[in-house]
Amino acid sequence: MINTEINIAGVTWKNPVTVSSGTFGSGMEFDEYVDINKLGAVTTKGVADKPWAGNPTPRIAEVYGGMLNAVGLQNPGIETFCSRDLPFLQKKDTKIIVNVCGHTLEEYLNVVDRLADEKVDLLEINVSCPNVKEGGIAFGVDPHALNEVTKEVKKHAKQPIIMKLSPNVTDIAEMARAAVDGGADALSLINTLTGMKIDIERRKFVLANKTGGLSGPVVKPIAVRMVYQVAHAVDVPIIGMGGIQTAEDAIEFIMAGATAVSVGTANFYRPNVTEEVVEGIRNYMERHHIESLDEIRKCL
Amino acid sequence: MKEVETAKVISQEAFGGDIYSLWLDAPVTAKTAHAGQFVSVFTNDSSKLLPRPISLCEVDHENGRLRLVYRVTGETAGTKQFSLLTEGETIDILGPLGNGYSEFSKKPILLGGGIGIPPMLELAKEFAGQGLAKEDISVVLGFRDAAFLLDEFKKVATVYLTSDSGNTGIKGNVIDGIHQYDVKGDALYACGPKPMLRAVKAEADAKGIPAWISLEERMACGIGACLGCVTETKDVDDHSKVHNKRICKDGPVFNAEEVVL
Repeated sequence: MINTEINIAGVTWKNPVTVSSGTFGSGMEFDEYVDINKLGAVTTKGVADKPWAGNPTPRIAEVYGGMLNAVGLQNPGIETFCSRDLPFLQKKDTKIIVNVCGHTLEEYLNVVDRLADEKVDLLEINVSCPNVKEGGIAFGVDPHALNEVTKEVKKHAKQPIIMKLSPNVTDIAEMARAAVDGGADALSLINTLTGMKIDIERRKFVLANKTGGLSGPVVKPIAVRMVYQVAHAVDVPIIGMGGIQTAEDAIEFIMAGATAVSVGTANFYRPNVTEEVVEGIRNYMERHHIESLDEIRKCL
Repeated sequence: MKEVETAKVISQEAFGGDIYSLWLDAPVTAKTAHAGQFVSVFTNDSSKLLPRPISLCEVDHENGRLRLVYRVTGETAGTKQFSLLTEGETIDILGPLGNGYSEFSKKPILLGGGIGIPPMLELAKEFAGQGLAKEDISVVLGFRDAAFLLDEFKKVATVYLTSDSGNTGIKGNVIDGIHQYDVKGDALYACGPKPMLRAVKAEADAKGIPAWISLEERMACGIGACLGCVTETKDVDDHSKVHNKRICKDGPVFNAEEVVL
């Protein structure tokens, strides 16, 4: 009997598939393309305590096998999120992970506090966005800062917290340990890698922000390697992501040590890809006579 | 559920100057498509992940067909691959996307610049379909050099020509065209490069008539989720709660008054 359920910090998902923050809005835009009820969880676009305008355009650049984005965490703020987006997701049969962003510790805590009494299953703390100068990645590349922000968020949070790690560091395992020491219930990785593209005809940066976060299939080997390193460094569940576009990609992450997986950029070019990944994981389990994903997790 | 449609190529024609015309058999997408909307077109190259947003040049509702007229932007571009498609081959598309033109006036002036010319054809046809006579539909086209789609436009509208080179119509842009040909109307409908749209907005202000403009920007998803293709708005937008609207979802056609160009 196949059981695709997994557990992240006491929250049981029907299957291990979620979406990466920022690639699925708050679900509403995808409602006509994919059956959201089939997902293990939905991870929302990052939300701050106030509306953020984000970066100037162009914000998007395609690169070989991937893309760069410098959206800059544009979001409508927590009040609109709670009154409009959350009720939409709460009607769906899926777990809700709210991605929390801020420029300062106080701004993160404002969002975490505001969500205390909302029906939300998990919080993902975005300390790794490369496209905002303060907060964002500043907390995510220094182990001491990461440890501190994790501790503070943990004090305030009513839901289990997932710290989302940046790959733009020398030693991802050290960052993972800093977050777990600070009380992280789970980790998600990887966020995007900082990249750049130059338009040689115009002799200009393609992105208005000059740099952007690299995502898509091109980053997958780095992500798998980092999930493997983190899985062997700490003992909390990992949500693995980075270039997943098929069930086979997802299985790789699980074998590397991930408990759950997240589909990101692929949502942009195959809006129903998550359903295919969910289905494909089940097919893989059937094909290999696996009853639970525990049998293959961290098998290497 | 909406899904990607595998469209069949009916015909492909090169117009010269890197402009190509592609007729697709795409009954599901064509069914609800109208002027000003676009489709996401996917390449067969897995190194090019993102779909290319291409506006609709013509919609044949009766036969379930779409016409895309597009510019090949480079030898390695996704559009180069589209230009190599031949009759009977297939291509994946998603759409129709965006809102298109929804406000119809009685004496419209349609302005198309460069690769912004093709969507004006379906719009002119929609005006004609509403019973407007040829004399009441003015179309001012701004080409780089040689003209294309002229026969189609002339069937439904009164056409005025301009070009950068002076080889087609008067030398100048579409605003020069309005002035020199003394084109009169009660609303402007435009698609073209940003400097042209700025001039269209100014022209509408000067004339005291509305302008409906179609914007473009680099996009990833085309369905309103990635927030890549925003345009600045005069007022706080209800969806974003900041001064940004999504070109793919809230547009691509906007009232010129509501956007900051």
